Amino acid sequence: MSIWVGKETRLLVQGLTGREGTFHALASREYGTRVVAGVTPGKGGTSHEGIPVFNTVAEAVAATGANASMIFVPPPFAADAIVEAADSRVAVIACITEGVPTNDMIRVKAYLAEVNAAGETVRLIGPNCPGIITPGECKIGIMPGRIHSPGSIGVISRSGTLTYEAVDQLTRLGLGQSTVIGIGGDPVNGTSFIDCLRAFRDDPGTEAVVLIGEIGGMAEEEAACYVAGNFKKPVVSFIAGQTAPPGRRMGHAGAIIAGGRGTAADKIKALEAAGIAVVRSPADIGMKMKEVLGRN
Amino acid sequence: MKVHEYQAKSLLARYGVAVPRGEVTDSPAEARGIAHRLGGRCVVKAQIHAGGRGKGGGVKLAKDPEEAYSLAKAILGMTLVTPQTGPAGRVVRKVLIEEALDIDRELYLGITLDRGRGLPAMMVSRFGGMEIEEVAARDPKSIVREVLDPGLGMFPFQARKLAFALGLAGEPFKSGVGFMQSLFRAYVETDASLAEINPLLVTKQGDVLALDAKMNFDDNALFRHADIKEMRDLAEEDPLEVEASKFGLNYIKLDGNVGCMVNGAGLAMATMDLVKLAGGEPANFLDVGGGATEEQVKNAFRIILSDKNVKTILINIFGGIMRCDIIARGVVAAVQEMGLATAVVVRLEGTNVELGKTILRESNLKITPADGLADAARKAVEATR
Repeated sequence: MSIWVGKETRLLVQGLTGREGTFHALASREYGTRVVAGVTPGKGGTSHEGIPVFNTVAEAVAATGANASMIFVPPPFAADAIVEAADSRVAVIACITEGVPTNDMIRVKAYLAEVNAAGETVRLIGPNCPGIITPGECKIGIMPGRIHSPGSIGVISRSGTLTYEAVDQLTRLGLGQSTVIGIGGDPVNGTSFIDCLRAFRDDPGTEAVVLIGEIGGMAEEEAACYVAGNFKKPVVSFIAGQTAPPGRRMGHAGAIIAGGRGTAADKIKALEAAGIAVVRSPADIGMKMKEVLGRN
Repeated sequence: MKVHEYQAKSLLARYGVAVPRGEVTDSPAEARGIAHRLGGRCVVKAQIHAGGRGKGGGVKLAKDPEEAYSLAKAILGMTLVTPQTGPAGRVVRKVLIEEALDIDRELYLGITLDRGRGLPAMMVSRFGGMEIEEVAARDPKSIVREVLDPGLGMFPFQARKLAFALGLAGEPFKSGVGFMQSLFRAYVETDASLAEINPLLVTKQGDVLALDAKMNFDDNALFRHADIKEMRDLAEEDPLEVEASKFGLNYIKLDGNVGCMVNGAGLAMATMDLVKLAGGEPANFLDVGGGATEEQVKNAFRIILSDKNVKTILINIFGGIMRCDIIARGVVAAVQEMGLATAVVVRLEGTNVELGKTILRESNLKITPADGLADAARKAVEATR
């Protein structure tokens, strides 16, 4: 089992004909994802690497029944692409693009809230994220497929390569993953830790969760609060940036300790108070999970 | 991106935010002329990207144009040390000469993103002139917040709520409400990430003005603000960081001696943490990004080595998109070009890892291979001893 994406997912790619879009669309297809359409305004009616291209998301959805989108358009146009997908009620929208302005994301979120007012129909993952993968079934994003293996560990992370690191450790220890989600490194994003935890709680195929956070904001503290009250499955966590200086943006737009808030120490404290096993070294994520599951 | 006080004020003035009259200069003679135009009595303010300037002696009151001249002469070129600059301080290259005002009250007003809500929030406090973090620690109830929607703008009732909380009345109340609405419009339309007016001044005449102004901008939105982008002052940034940014590298200088080169921001932070756990201190944060070229790797190497504290370089790559052979070629090219006085520990994982390892081995350079994260950090720290 898994959350949000799987065998039934039919993927369209916004920005398919660009270099990145092409490369990762093909890698996703090679992994086994059903890549059914591409959208590039002005190139509708053509075919790219055997994938039909449409002018608009609406046309692509009508013609192919696409129910997920992967976005590779440049930052100034990313918000528009997300809203276009949401307007066609594409259920899962993964925006890989890094560098989307915060104000654009605020507008996007207002639109998504309207679309989802009567119940969730559209989910945005990212932006500035590696995407989402259900190992063995569906890969949407830029993560290397081969390090994943099907299984029962859910993984949620604000980082890209650090997620690969964790997944690699899990796979080597024989701990497969149900679904791995990169929620992205921006301060305003579509899917939160809590959204993922809630879905993993309700997924019988997920028995435990790895949560990888980093400095900046209060998302880990909020997740800790949620886990303490609502989440019974084991959680293992790592927080990046224990040695990061305050006031500096550490690569990700959202990774900054501002006004003394958002430190790794505070996050670790909150997570541990919620009964979560927090490892200090990122090299220990896999082993800790094995230990927590009693499989030593 | 940060800007100077005088730049922030010029932007704010465009949106109708009240600021004191003043002009910026880098010449004491001009300072005298500006003071004259302002009516003689004025304030001379050092322009650097750091707060606490008054405490460091960078803000002085002049009673006449002659004193403005001598104060500007003393401040220009001085190395100003404030609680925010660190012990090295910053060289003052410009001064802002502003009219001196009769202070009745000093308040605090700030706007920044409320990340939990995903919307901007305006904060006010009666305790102006103090760091807001200090106020928050001492008397959190004195801070009143209002979450705002950029799409809807700031409604007058929201501004009234904050103005009442500040204890404003009469003329200052009306001006204060207008000030807040203008400031919010400026914040949204310039894609600011911070607009802090501290202190917000109420004069004895009942005017409300921004005595100081600090603005930061969303780097991701600078593509649509050519005018703001031009305000970037490279002299205020670390030269190595400026150099790195030219090559699309994300580099932040730190105080340790283990240079780090990593792909991905999260893994780069985690690598710093690993160095610390192994008993060492990271010299930098460096993310070469997901699609680095051989050339970028070479430049990254050169920038890390420009920091004279660096004794070891730890290269930690988990190649998803990034191919290990490209990293390996970049490292070999860099070492051959620059020679190698420091130890290099390399941990490669992911796409084309075997090819990458072969390239390193066959280069016959003194590069220490590592297995896994912990081993890499341990070897790198050992090499500094």
